[in-house]
Amino acid sequence: MPIDAKEYIARTIADELTDNSVVNLGIGLPTLVPRYVNKSRGILLHSENGLLGLGEDYRPEEENDPHVITSSGIPAKYVPGAAFFDSCVSFGIIRGGHLDVTVLGAMEVDRNGDIANYQVPGKALVGMGGAMDLCIGAKKVIVAMFHTQNGAPKILNKCKLPLTAERAVNTIVTEMGVIDVTGEGLILRSRNPEYSIEEIQKATEADLIIKCD
Amino acid sequence: MNKVITLQEAANKITNGCTLMIGGFVGCAVPEKLIDAIAKKHIKDITLISNDLGPTGEGPGLLVHNRQIKKAIVSFVSINREAREMERAGELEVELVPQGSLAEKIRAGGYGLGGVLTKTGLGTAVEEGKERVTVDNQPYLLERPLSADVAIVFAKKADTLGNLVFHGSASSHSMAMASAGDITIVEAEEIVEAGSIAPDTIHVPSAFVNYVVQGGIENAN
Repeated sequence: MPIDAKEYIARTIADELTDNSVVNLGIGLPTLVPRYVNKSRGILLHSENGLLGLGEDYRPEEENDPHVITSSGIPAKYVPGAAFFDSCVSFGIIRGGHLDVTVLGAMEVDRNGDIANYQVPGKALVGMGGAMDLCIGAKKVIVAMFHTQNGAPKILNKCKLPLTAERAVNTIVTEMGVIDVTGEGLILRSRNPEYSIEEIQKATEADLIIKCD
Repeated sequence: MNKVITLQEAANKITNGCTLMIGGFVGCAVPEKLIDAIAKKHIKDITLISNDLGPTGEGPGLLVHNRQIKKAIVSFVSINREAREMERAGELEVELVPQGSLAEKIRAGGYGLGGVLTKTGLGTAVEEGKERVTVDNQPYLLERPLSADVAIVFAKKADTLGNLVFHGSASSHSMAMASAGDITIVEAEEIVEAGSIAPDTIHVPSAFVNYVVQGGIENAN
């Protein structure tokens, strides 16, 4: 795997976002996306615990407000125009069609857009947090993940792990490229030039419809 | 009317086997003094309703650590290693509820509703044992209301009548919980005279609140 796989994924997703949209970022890879989003684009970050207008990370020496946190519990800065609210309002934003995009990590995604990202049977309990609401509520669901896990495909014909949501995913971004989930099937829309189409298909269980060079 | 009571008086209203809601998010903006009082009083067999179980040993995690929780209804446990180990060992029952559904179940409990309809959880393990309801040809899950014997929440400011002002991004379910407790006890960082908070800026009106206890700056997590 190339060293800059994470950067490729985060940069690609930053390019996928529309200016002035409202976006929720999940834990892990999705949190890297803001590094590649210019502030002038007016994108507002939503944090499901109760903040619209999440700012950049604190530097260690800066004093923080202990009651302003991200959904991971990390001290959060907020931008001018930000708002705080309770969980009912926060999930009203999510389910009510007011959240343009959610970017989530995943363990498995399948050709129907089913997503599994919260629990491996037999492993210690985790909990879905807000992921199920985000998957059914956001107008667009983008999955940010590595294409394979220990060499095994994560983009499948049918998810095997417990589902977070059915038919929820719109776009999958991995270090290999961008795949759209459509009624026709999975479309490889663009690819990282470091990988050939053959390599990408080989790393994907489901068949890909190739619509890139 | 003055709803301000002592911490000890508040703790005496919480009994073994009760259903208890605790506000806050990942151990932040939680009613720490009330949680400490419950810990010291060794109240047992609690059914806990909270967003999460906090970090290990902190916030609701303290009551988990002390083996005071029989069952927890939460949206995630991922940051509490101890709770995860206890769940695996069969020492703690955990019911997972999607965070947005948890918020609305609590609100329904406090607002006199028979539940809410949501698409969240359709086709997942969350649907098991629940009714699917069709409205305008769209499928929804019926999520039933949640209420509690006692709800304890942290607020930035309360007046002596029980009007509340919250601050920050971690109050999470606290406002809904204030409505859903048969007894609602608020731990306020600051208590002011009734009439000194501008009515336009009150987040929770006093009708939902039974008692107020004095928190303090050390409640800032």
